[in-house]
Amino acid sequence: MTRRPYAFGPARIGVYAFLVSAALFFLMPLYIMLVTSLKTMDEIRLGNIFALPVTVTLEPWVMAWTSACTGVACEGIRGGFWNSVVIVIPSTVLPILLGALNGYALSFWKPRGANALFAILMLGAFIPVQVMMFPLVRILATLGLFSSLPGIVLIHIIFSMPVMTLLFRNYYQSIPQELFKAARIDGGGFIRIFVQLMLPMSTPIIIVAAIMQVTGVWNDYILGLVFAGRDNLPMTVQLNNVINTTTGTRLYNVNMAATILTSLVPLTIYFVSGRWFVRGIAAGAVKG
Amino acid sequence: MKIKPKQLLRQLITWAALLPMALTVLIAYLGTVLWSLKVSMSNSRTFPSDEFVGLAQYERLFNNDRWLLSLENLALYGVLFIVSCMVIGFLLAVFIDQKVSAEGALRTIFLYPYAMSFVATGLVWQWLLNPGNGIQQAVRQMGFEDFTFDWIIDQDKVMYTIVIATVWQASGLVMALLLAGLRGIDDEIWKAARIDGIPTWRVYVSIVLPMLGPSIATVLVLLSTAVIKLFDAVASMTQGGPGTASEVPAKFIMDHLFGRANIALASAGSIVLLLTVLALLAPLLYARSRSERAGAVK
Repeated sequence: MTRRPYAFGPARIGVYAFLVSAALFFLMPLYIMLVTSLKTMDEIRLGNIFALPVTVTLEPWVMAWTSACTGVACEGIRGGFWNSVVIVIPSTVLPILLGALNGYALSFWKPRGANALFAILMLGAFIPVQVMMFPLVRILATLGLFSSLPGIVLIHIIFSMPVMTLLFRNYYQSIPQELFKAARIDGGGFIRIFVQLMLPMSTPIIIVAAIMQVTGVWNDYILGLVFAGRDNLPMTVQLNNVINTTTGTRLYNVNMAATILTSLVPLTIYFVSGRWFVRGIAAGAVKG
Repeated sequence: MKIKPKQLLRQLITWAALLPMALTVLIAYLGTVLWSLKVSMSNSRTFPSDEFVGLAQYERLFNNDRWLLSLENLALYGVLFIVSCMVIGFLLAVFIDQKVSAEGALRTIFLYPYAMSFVATGLVWQWLLNPGNGIQQAVRQMGFEDFTFDWIIDQDKVMYTIVIATVWQASGLVMALLLAGLRGIDDEIWKAARIDGIPTWRVYVSIVLPMLGPSIATVLVLLSTAVIKLFDAVASMTQGGPGTASEVPAKFIMDHLFGRANIALASAGSIVLLLTVLALLAPLLYARSRSERAGAVK
């Protein structure tokens, strides 16, 4: 069905000219990152930032991974990569489980007062992190969780709860109440209906939630910086340390290789998941 | 009304399941806000103190040049960032909506920066904009030897570089959400406009734009939240410099919490930030509850 039939006139050429130049602008940083990471430092000092490498070298990538210096230690950013992996897994699984549980209870069991709680939770999503920062540091310190892996996971659970609950609540509200009532009549209890009926029906929203959560936690900087502690610093924090706290000559090629490596996980998720990624943004944003 | 034991048990199980949520709301959200409010009215420095000093910290805050500069920067940044994202995102969405070929590829290209962290975004643009080896140098090598593009080391222009970097990161999001909105608009409207001979641009401005209201509201909420949160990009791109020229409130608060050990002043700053959010949010929430009520009457 055509809305406005177009001939290949000047207007059509204008449309493509705009889109192509916009695309070039959006791709430029990615291109610069890639070519810079493949050049030698001599070439970078003398050459043009847009030029293709004359001699392609993979050494910056090896250095970024294994021997770039973050502050005092020179072990590359591989440590940060594994730290991020270890943080991301529980910080994805637990918030999804809790979000599903909250959404399920809110949509089907509707305990008295729960909607008020949910409303405050939604407002909580807008509280700037800085307001909660100091008290949360103190609370975690009291619990002995500050600067630890369980501590940073707990922090991610807290900060992701509004959007995770919203995702599952909206999803479950589109499921007919009759289904739930039938399960009740068949003698299903709270946990059994959740595990055997609702969770298996939730695959699409679980995928959306997982994409959002993995990307969000992987890209987090400020929470990891404050709460993870020296032994668990995520990749983003280490990347920033590599680039901004090194003294002496700056190795731009290593810096760009490290930046690509850090962005590789969310970018891969984005390119592979395609429309699911957009769905996540839309679902989280609607009414958010 | 008598409550049957079975019903009571049912309520108990449900509330047990909602306990993590209740604790998060009561302690992590409400509790911490009240706590910060209390700290902001004390004279705590490195360690918390219970001495009540009223609004003295707020007074000190608004006599602090660095804080005032950070507020000014945030206002400038906020306006430029939101307007640029909206304009670029809307144009991209409209142009993509002209039945172009390679739509999928174009959308992927416009949205991929959104998958990248603000830290990575800041670092890439720091490299692109550095006057010594970046874009400035490249253009000079092409023969334009007087070409200057050194905003990132210019105290008066450094905020613009942060706008450029973050607009690059976020305008694809606006494109994606507005494009979804455009696709939801009935084809009949286009037919009717064509029969009436209304030029396309007029239809977009006078008919389509108002119909995108809900999508635009969503986008505005997302973008303004990003403005208030602005920290990672500044920390990675300029570290607040040159000097304190790109200082922002979130960074001011973080510095005073952890670096300068003045937690009362930092808490006062965070409360001001929270009040700003509420002031921005209240009209939006009010408008929505009104439109929901209007919808319910219908």
